[in-house]
Amino acid sequence: MTDTSALESLAETLAGRLPQAIKSHTMSYGELTLLVEREHIEPVARLLRDDSLCRFETLIDICGVDYPERSERFEVVYHFLSMQLNQRIRVKLTTDEDMPVASIVDVFPAANWYEREAFDMYGIQFSGHPDLRRILTDYGFEGFPLRKDFPLTGHVEVRYDDLEKRVVYEPVALTQEYRDFDFLSPWEGMTAQIPGDEKADATEGGE
Amino acid sequence: MADDAHNAPGDDTDRTFTLNFGPQHPAAHGVLRMILDLDGEVVERVDSHIGLLHRGTEKLMEHKTYLQALPYFDRLDYVAPMNQEHAWCLAIEKMLGLDVPRRASFIRVLYSEIGRLMGHIMNITTQAMDVGALTPITWGFEEREKLCVFYERACGSRMHSAYFRPGGVHQDLPQDLIDDIYTFTETFGDVMDDIETLLTENRIFKQRNVDIGIVDRETIMQWGFSGVMVRGSGLPWDLRRSQPYEVYSELDFKIPVGKNGDNYDRYVCRMEEMKESVKIMRQCIEMMPAGEVLLAGSKVSPPRRADMKNSMEALIHHFKLYTEGFHVPAGEVYAAVEAPKGEFGVYLVADGTNKPYRAKLRAPSYPHLAAMDHLSKGHMLADVSAILGSLDVVFGEIDR
Repeated sequence: MTDTSALESLAETLAGRLPQAIKSHTMSYGELTLLVEREHIEPVARLLRDDSLCRFETLIDICGVDYPERSERFEVVYHFLSMQLNQRIRVKLTTDEDMPVASIVDVFPAANWYEREAFDMYGIQFSGHPDLRRILTDYGFEGFPLRKDFPLTGHVEVRYDDLEKRVVYEPVALTQEYRDFDFLSPWEGMTAQIPGDEKADATEGGE
Repeated sequence: MADDAHNAPGDDTDRTFTLNFGPQHPAAHGVLRMILDLDGEVVERVDSHIGLLHRGTEKLMEHKTYLQALPYFDRLDYVAPMNQEHAWCLAIEKMLGLDVPRRASFIRVLYSEIGRLMGHIMNITTQAMDVGALTPITWGFEEREKLCVFYERACGSRMHSAYFRPGGVHQDLPQDLIDDIYTFTETFGDVMDDIETLLTENRIFKQRNVDIGIVDRETIMQWGFSGVMVRGSGLPWDLRRSQPYEVYSELDFKIPVGKNGDNYDRYVCRMEEMKESVKIMRQCIEMMPAGEVLLAGSKVSPPRRADMKNSMEALIHHFKLYTEGFHVPAGEVYAAVEAPKGEFGVYLVADGTNKPYRAKLRAPSYPHLAAMDHLSKGHMLADVSAILGSLDVVFGEIDR
């Protein structure tokens, strides 16, 4: 694997080459991450593939990450690999439910299924994708399961109905409430705010 | 359909014939449904419908602690379970900055190679069955069963092992098990030779595989191939060599490559790779030092049972580890291993709590299957199952 200094200099070069597209770059755990503007992902992908310094010809993965508290809640994360130069790079951009991301299927045909999966799991829209269908979920599935606000149990359950002689879909009926234990220790997770502090502020403000 | 063509001879008679392949078909290697558009017997388009085995592994993992998420990896590529666990452990170790004890590294490599044998035996013999050879599967699975027993003797389970842990492996191997694995490496070559006499020069096997499903360099790059799909076409790319993890850099092994990139070359590659795996296994056993197999005195590993009888801190640690689990600092990493099918990667986003914020599992067969349309176009219907078999797909990891 190339050392981090080579990746650092690569990041500097790329930032100089596409200053309007690349917002920032970070190195962590020996991995280079570029944060790019949503509109410019296609030229970035093309540059990464064709430039003689990059040679990131293999698209390893595309996936979404959901941060509901952010204004643009989704991150789309691309991983590329260069077999020639033996280095990896990660490219990230942000989007939300409505704003489409340009598809990179024209640059990397392998992006087809990965983008379909990101759409299926998060509802991220990819503009210019030839066939943006659901891929992993059931036929007729509703909702986007990997979003943080989608319940782990889902909304429907299926069973075979012996009377109707077919598989029926029903709303999930849990015989026992779903138990999601929170084992986080209140001591280690303690911040400056101690539980109950907010009441003290409220009374002070009231007086 | 043909009937319509007869009824209306004046209309355009070259309508394509649409065939539904699977999801319950022995050559679909699991639950794959393919919609094939055929012109006569020539495939024009393949539309793969996947997800029939989708269990939401990534969602489930977000609700489990790091340790509890580990057994899900056995259920991805269930043909070679420990290789997947390996990627997960590497990702966590990268974030926590843990060094694995040397003995544990050798055990991991040993069992990764056992997994590679299991994966390749499964693939070669079932692909041979797809093209009509019935005997290899019976001979191959006899050996595979022995490997399953090695799994069982190490961790108690034939398939769902949950043996690798962040910081090492769960338990040490008993010496008689190591001896038996060594004996196996001495006899396995003969069985491979037997299977080769059935396939390598077999006329029917060659007719069905030579020049079928050719993968060229462009296809590899465009479709994100890895593993044997790359090496079968002559590119010597193997993560064990190019981005070595564990102790692979100290071991002596070759990277077999093919020449033509067709089904047959991939078969030969897998055969040769198994011979190299056996070599690696033998080196591991010879070089394996004595010592710890799991980081002692670390927050990610349980305390010794004996310590728990005497030390209050050890008891508390045990309780905390198996309820709350350990915390991983916020950040993101990508860790990959050379699984039997190609590059299996884990993209882990941690938020500093005891559960992964996001874990994306990069399965090698996913992009391979995505290229099915590209690879099968222009081939005959009978070649579809031969190509599919040669891609080495397992739906546990594709559907996740």
